[in-house]
Amino acid sequence: MKNRFLLITCLLTASLLSVSTVSAKDLRMAYDADPVTLDIHEQLSGGVLQLSHMSFDPLIRWTKDLAFEPRLATSFQRLNATTVRFNLRKGVKFHSGNMMTAEDFKWTFNRLKESPDFKGIFTNFAALNVVDDHTIDLVTTGPYPLVLHTATYIFPLDSKFYTGTDANGNDKAAIVKNGASFASTHLSGTGPFKIVSREQGVKVVFERFADYWDKKSPGNVDRIVFTPIKDEQTRVAALLSGDVDFIAPVSPNDFDQIRASSNSELITMPGTRIITFQLNQERRPEFRDQRVRMAIVHAVNNDAIVQKIMKGFATTAAQMSPPGYLGHNPKLKPRYDLDLAKKLMKDAGYANGFSVTMMAPNNRYVNDDKIAQAVAAMLSKINIKVDLQTMPKAQYWPSFDDRAADIMMIGWHSDTEDSANFYEFLAMTPDKATGMGAYNSGNYSSSFVDEQTMKANMETDTAKRAEMLQAIETKLFQDAAFIPLHWQNLAWAAHKGVNLDPVINALNFPYLGDLVVK
Amino acid sequence: MIQFLIKRVLQAALVMFIISMFCFSIQDSLGDPTREMAAMSMSDAERDNLRERMGLNDSLLVQYGRFVTRALKGDLGTSYFFKEPTLDVILKKLPATLELVIAASFLIITISIPLGVFCAIKPRHWFSRFTMAVSVIGISIPVFLTALGMIFLFSVTLRWMPSFGRGETVQVWGSWSTNFLSWDGFIHIVMPAIALSSIMLPLFIRLVRAEMLEVLSSEYVKFARAKGLSDGPVYLKHALKNTMLPVITVGGVQIGIMVAYTILTESVFQWPGMGFMFLEAVNRSDIPLITAYIMFVGLVFVVVNTLVDLLYGIINPMVDLVGRRQ
Repeated sequence: MKNRFLLITCLLTASLLSVSTVSAKDLRMAYDADPVTLDIHEQLSGGVLQLSHMSFDPLIRWTKDLAFEPRLATSFQRLNATTVRFNLRKGVKFHSGNMMTAEDFKWTFNRLKESPDFKGIFTNFAALNVVDDHTIDLVTTGPYPLVLHTATYIFPLDSKFYTGTDANGNDKAAIVKNGASFASTHLSGTGPFKIVSREQGVKVVFERFADYWDKKSPGNVDRIVFTPIKDEQTRVAALLSGDVDFIAPVSPNDFDQIRASSNSELITMPGTRIITFQLNQERRPEFRDQRVRMAIVHAVNNDAIVQKIMKGFATTAAQMSPPGYLGHNPKLKPRYDLDLAKKLMKDAGYANGFSVTMMAPNNRYVNDDKIAQAVAAMLSKINIKVDLQTMPKAQYWPSFDDRAADIMMIGWHSDTEDSANFYEFLAMTPDKATGMGAYNSGNYSSSFVDEQTMKANMETDTAKRAEMLQAIETKLFQDAAFIPLHWQNLAWAAHKGVNLDPVINALNFPYLGDLVVK
Repeated sequence: MIQFLIKRVLQAALVMFIISMFCFSIQDSLGDPTREMAAMSMSDAERDNLRERMGLNDSLLVQYGRFVTRALKGDLGTSYFFKEPTLDVILKKLPATLELVIAASFLIITISIPLGVFCAIKPRHWFSRFTMAVSVIGISIPVFLTALGMIFLFSVTLRWMPSFGRGETVQVWGSWSTNFLSWDGFIHIVMPAIALSSIMLPLFIRLVRAEMLEVLSSEYVKFARAKGLSDGPVYLKHALKNTMLPVITVGGVQIGIMVAYTILTESVFQWPGMGFMFLEAVNRSDIPLITAYIMFVGLVFVVVNTLVDLLYGIINPMVDLVGRRQ
């Protein structure tokens, strides 16, 4: 009898102890949109990359201060000008139970080369060679400085899981953008969270993967309920009312409300997306005159836009590359000077100004339409009359492709987190054949910028490369090639106790696997 | 009766045809769907490739021809975003919207009729004046403002009510899961239903009151009173029944407008219904879904109006459905 009593007491204590040590932590999060697909190679977008970091792991990933941190690679070293070797982590399991090997990387790499969205990032890569089960070589077509940058995009897929045909007889590996596919509705990665259920546009439920390889991760979230809430005020209300624990993005208009609340806190950090206006030199002969472009840059008080319209939630820019990028030249400062702007207009023979058209989206960037209105008003001070049209992004991009206005807004985030990407898309001479300058609606053209960018893409010496990229940035500055406005900041808001600060980064992919919730 | 229904079916077909033509003719200004489906950095050639595969590069007439042939077979296209047949997507979202509209209609009917009747019978009573004053304010506040105000007061400040979504619903049949069978579902539908009804409620109170006042001054009510009937039967049996005729007509038309307002209510409350789905489809230039939704709503209008006309005949046998008389 006594023994039995003792046994029961022991059992009870044990069960109590186990409950108190392993307590389930739920995270209810709300973003403006849920991932459009479960196939992480189908679309290159923030939402899909966020999913990649939740349910998959990359070879290496960015740290908060923009350095590289090994994940599925344990180490890497450059063998020669065109080859980088990665040693892979052993004992990593996919959600399906399959073991991860070098073959999965090869398979994933080949699929990335097929993906319409991702193949652009991998153009400079020739092959991924398997050395042994846990060693791979990434081989580039020529000397290429951005191998590690690109390796952050290699999240191995479970090749066995995605091989074969589905119930309809279609290839499980197919990347289908305009229809359903196996990969867009099924998922097996190595990441910290596997998907339990998903109702598109309504809710995704994640559960921590029991066999996750990273046992050292401090992350203690067992379950994530991901709800898209489109309306930003509703999103903030959901946080403040306690219906969700973590939201993003947060509009500057709601900052005060969150700061004033007792249960929530706001976390902001400088971002890397540059917002600019481009002056179309093909449509307007006036813009071919460097003095006119210079006058416009001097007439735009971008610091006032940051303070008044963005409420300080942006960093005033004078160049494309944000601090931390190789091409960032700290000597380039914003240059608002209305008197100089007027003088330049007079020198160019346009003292009486002229009329131009301007277009901007109204739901793409933070406060985009208000920024455009402010710039239009600022240009009127140097007698440039602006006929402004703002429109939803769905209509804006076709107009942008048509170069439908003299001045057009464009924001850009470098997919490689490197300066050259800005120049390739926004500053190089537009060329249909090579695809360079695809978003250079201003038709700005400089042989120096074209040549230097291409050279920089072959330079593997970081110091030399930084010098080259900064020279390009300076040239664009001197030419007043475009109107720089600001880099958008990033903001998240969460309940106190959700220790978000250590897991966020400028790329806007919080590493939720490492999130600690009290 | 059968003649009337045949006429209506033909009318519906015509409406659908015109709507589909309209949707196709504005397609160009709905934006480029490939933009929402692909990365900014995707090359022009790849983008064109995608457009080609989706058949977006064909002439509008070819695209329309393809659409009609498929539509006649009951296939209204596949949504770009949901990657499912558009009709399936709409039918999946329909119950959420329908429940919202039913809850709002319930509020409107149970509140507007008693209040309207009271205001007509006792026009000088303080409560009548108060109701009329409030209804003027109610009719002039936009529905999203009412919704946000309620969220701020009841969810954020007082924390009584959930701020978004449908909560835990109970599955009834197929894709229909209901808010009415669980407490969590019920408290989730309260605020959206009030917000949605807020725009229509004042209108109906005023309508019921005006119609009732008119009926009360008619000859037969005077006669009924002269005959010595007590107030109750006069108001409820004779007057109210005749008041309902125009109210039902207006109600039928208003249901259509209510569907339009679900777009606002649903997007504020993140209510996973058809209205919210439509707004998102417009943002994403999901053309097949936009077209299918508009056609579906067109059908709802025709069906509701047909039902209203039938109901009309029941309430007032003098109404001739086919218009054969004279």
